[in-house]
Amino acid sequence: MKPPRFQYCAPRILDEALTLLDQHGEDIKVLAGGQSFVPLLNMRLAGPAYIVDINHISELHYIETEDGYLAIGAIARQRQIERSVLVQEKHPLLVEVIKHIGHMQIRNRGTVVGSIAHADPAAELPALLTCLNGEVLAQSIHGERVIKAEEFFTGYLTTALEPGEMLTEARFPWIPPRAGWSFMEFARRAGDYALVGAAAVLTPAPDDTCMSAHIAYLGVAGSPIRAHAVEQMLVGTTLDQRALDAAAEAAREIVSEDMSDVHATVEYRRTLTAELTKRVLKAAWGRRERQERQEQQRGEG
Amino acid sequence: MLERDDDFSQCVEECEIAVIVNGHRYERTVPVRLLLSDFLRHDLQLTGTHVGCEHGVCGCCTVLFNGEAVRSCLMLAVQADGMAVTTIEGMAGTNSELHPIQQAFQEKHGLQCGFCTPGIIMSVHAMLHEHPDPTEKEIRHELSGNICRCTGYQNIVEAVKLAAERLREQHMEVE
Repeated sequence: MKPPRFQYCAPRILDEALTLLDQHGEDIKVLAGGQSFVPLLNMRLAGPAYIVDINHISELHYIETEDGYLAIGAIARQRQIERSVLVQEKHPLLVEVIKHIGHMQIRNRGTVVGSIAHADPAAELPALLTCLNGEVLAQSIHGERVIKAEEFFTGYLTTALEPGEMLTEARFPWIPPRAGWSFMEFARRAGDYALVGAAAVLTPAPDDTCMSAHIAYLGVAGSPIRAHAVEQMLVGTTLDQRALDAAAEAAREIVSEDMSDVHATVEYRRTLTAELTKRVLKAAWGRRERQERQEQQRGEG
Repeated sequence: MLERDDDFSQCVEECEIAVIVNGHRYERTVPVRLLLSDFLRHDLQLTGTHVGCEHGVCGCCTVLFNGEAVRSCLMLAVQADGMAVTTIEGMAGTNSELHPIQQAFQEKHGLQCGFCTPGIIMSVHAMLHEHPDPTEKEIRHELSGNICRCTGYQNIVEAVKLAAERLREQHMEVE
């Protein structure tokens, strides 16, 4: 048998799962969609004494619109969000990002919150959550806390989650009105983990300069990285070629020195990061413009 | 689909499960660490589901789980308790006539060694159920999760196009 021995339980109530997590501390792991965790078991890179399967906890199976953000429960599947008319309408960037994850067979099982908890630096959803300055909800039998994305991802496959805690919800802030957005990544084969990817959200001011910029990357360091320096450079510009070139140059610095592996060298990742920065910013800004033109046309008509 | 009758709120290393596979109900006692793919192959002797990479990359072990295409190597057998699974063995009709997708693969030479074929057929089944009239681009995109080591992709795409056409005709006749 591939996975090592473990004790398994699949409670239907969240409190039961939290009690087990409290009892077993570091010896227990949560199984949600299992699309990253089961490979780790199969390769015996993970070997917890206990596994708590949360797939039957129906109270965690939700997608809800809240004031300020879209709330996604711990066992809402990626595919379910991709197909949700509500999310397509209210958070198109999230749908766009999810379409880039693995293959449909993976998204059919994989959960949004599970991908965030796994914290792979090359994964799409941690980068999006970081880009949007989103939050996660961590619960234990002792209470709950809300953690900002940038504080949650602490390193390679490492998060701020403590033993006994479980991620129960991810909160993706709404895209501001009139803002343009884009997500792009570069992978060697369709569905592979990308070498580098970037998500951007740009909000225009009334004079059509950039009022606020958010840009975050995957595959450039041990965690997803929000490029605050690049964002500051873009504010007040019209995203002209000069601004794009300067942003691309600055973005090269974000790629961590140790990001050389069998797939790509640091230098190659820097080149990709610079190019993706230009493309993603241009696409995001372009989406903002189209929205504006439509508004004008409507006004004229 | 069955109602899940067992209660796994207690920690166990082994348990009884009941799974509906291709319309038949199977009851077995399994170790909790048994993968669904190995359960199908070893416990039920349904060896049509192939196992390639065993970490979710190659797509050979794709089955339908409550109608959705999933990797059976990335699920535990115990997770299929009370659920419905369809494997390649469930595709042919009662008199062993091939399913239109299988027929199209045969006619268009959509397989060479055949190792990846069961997974591809299951993926195509799910794809055509959701998108009965896919473009070539959509077919290629949806099949990106199944790797063919013989690289016979051209004929696989042709086979999917033919299968889609025939299934649409069949559907119209039924209506």
